[in-house]
Amino acid sequence: MTVLLPTSVDAAVAALSEAGAQPLAGGTDFVVEVNAGHRRPATVVALDRIAELKGWRWAGDTLWLGAGLTYTEMLDPALARLIPALTQAARTVGSPQIRNAGTLGGNLGTASPAGDTLPVLAALDAIVELHGPAGRRDVRIQDFVIGPKHTSLDARELVVGVRVPVLRGHQEFRKVGVRNAMVIAVASMAFAADEQSRSVRCALGAVGPVPLRATDAEQWLASRIDWDHRVNASPGDLERFGHLVTQASRAIDDHRGTAAYRTHAVGVLARRAAAHLFEPGPIQ
Amino acid sequence: MTYRLTVNGTEHDVQDAWIGENLLYVLRERLGLPGSKSGCEQGECGSCSVIISGVLKCACLVLAASAVGCEITTVEGLQPGRGEFTAVQDAFVAEGAVQCGFCTPGLVVAVHDLLARNSNPTEIELREAISGNLCRCTGYGRVLAAAEAAAEVLRNTGTA
Repeated sequence: MTVLLPTSVDAAVAALSEAGAQPLAGGTDFVVEVNAGHRRPATVVALDRIAELKGWRWAGDTLWLGAGLTYTEMLDPALARLIPALTQAARTVGSPQIRNAGTLGGNLGTASPAGDTLPVLAALDAIVELHGPAGRRDVRIQDFVIGPKHTSLDARELVVGVRVPVLRGHQEFRKVGVRNAMVIAVASMAFAADEQSRSVRCALGAVGPVPLRATDAEQWLASRIDWDHRVNASPGDLERFGHLVTQASRAIDDHRGTAAYRTHAVGVLARRAAAHLFEPGPIQ
Repeated sequence: MTYRLTVNGTEHDVQDAWIGENLLYVLRERLGLPGSKSGCEQGECGSCSVIISGVLKCACLVLAASAVGCEITTVEGLQPGRGEFTAVQDAFVAEGAVQCGFCTPGLVVAVHDLLARNSNPTEIELREAISGNLCRCTGYGRVLAAAEAAAEVLRNTGTA
C-alpha cells in the first residue's frame, strides 16, 4: 500500500488510473474502514493538497462548490445566505472534528443513503463535475447517486466540484436523530422554494436507496400557494403536502429506525419546513 | 516505507511502518506520545483530538502518511514546558472536570481549539465545541465549568 499526495487534479486522475487506487478525501468513512481492517487498497490518493478542489465561488449565475469543501467551510455565513439548506445540513454533520475533516466530494463519493448534503443537492438539481482520463464531464445528481453507497463514478474519475443554482425563496434542512451531534440521519429532508419559477423542491434522505424527490407533493403544494400575494398554503393543505411527501418514501427497517417511523418523519419534516415558506422560523 | 512527521515542533522519522496506519496509532505506538487516547477508532469519541495545521481533527481518521508536512499538535504539545499545565488544564483540575481521565486529553485539545478562535464563548458555543468528545463520567457539567473558567483566564491574561 502506498499513499500519494498529488497537488493537481490531473496528477490525481493519473494516480487513480492505477489498479486498486482509492481516493481519500476527509477520511471520515474510508479511514474507519481501514482501521477496522475492511479495506486495504494498493494505492491511496489523498486529495487534500489539491488547490483546485478547494473553496466555492460564483460560476456565471450558479455557485461552484469544490469537492474539497469541508462541512466547516459550508458554515461560511456568505455561503449560508446563498444556499442556506446546505449550511443547515452541514451543521448537523458529526462534530467539529468531523466537520473539519469531511468534505462535499467525500459525501458524494460515499453516497450513503444518509449522506446529509445529498438531499440538499437533490433539491437543488445539482450538477456534479467529474474529471477523468478523457477529460471533464457533468452528471446530474440523480444520475450520480444510483444506489446505496453506489455512484456512476468511474474508478479512474474524481469528483471535482458541484454546481448549484441560487434560488430566491425559503430553504430548510431538517434531520431526525437521537441527539443533535454525532448522529447519522434516521430521516432527513431538504426543502427549497423558487419564487421566480413559483415552484418548490422537496428531497428526502435516509428513506430510500438514493435521495428521493417528492415531485407529486412539490407540484401539488406549488399549486396551493398564492405566489402573487405571498400567502402560504392553508394548514390543511400543508397537512396534505406532508401526506403526499410520505408517499415518496421508500424507507426500510434497519438498526436506526423502522420504515414506518421514517416515512412518518419525512412527512412531518416537510410540512414544518413548508410552513415557513414566507415566514422563516428560528432555524439559523 | 519511511516518512517524516512534524509533531509538537519536532520532526520524527516514521520508519518501516505499514502505510495504512492512522495518525493516532503512529503517535502512540511509534512516536511515544500516548496522550491522545484510542477509544473508538471511528471518530465518534474525540479522545484522540489533535490539531493539524490549525484544524481540530480526530487523529484516528487521519492516515498518518498523508499528514507529511503538516504541523501536528497533540495534548503533549500544548504546555509551555514539561511538567507545566496550561490554563485549560489547570481549570480542569480546579473544577473537578477529570474523573477517570480517559477523555480528558481530547477535551483539553478541543477546548484549546475553541478558545484559540473565541475567547468569550457562549454556553451553546462551548457545548457545540465539545459535542464530539464523549465523557462517560462527569456528565459534562464540570467540563463546561472548567472551559468557562479557562476562558476567563484567557480574557484576563491573554493565554489559555
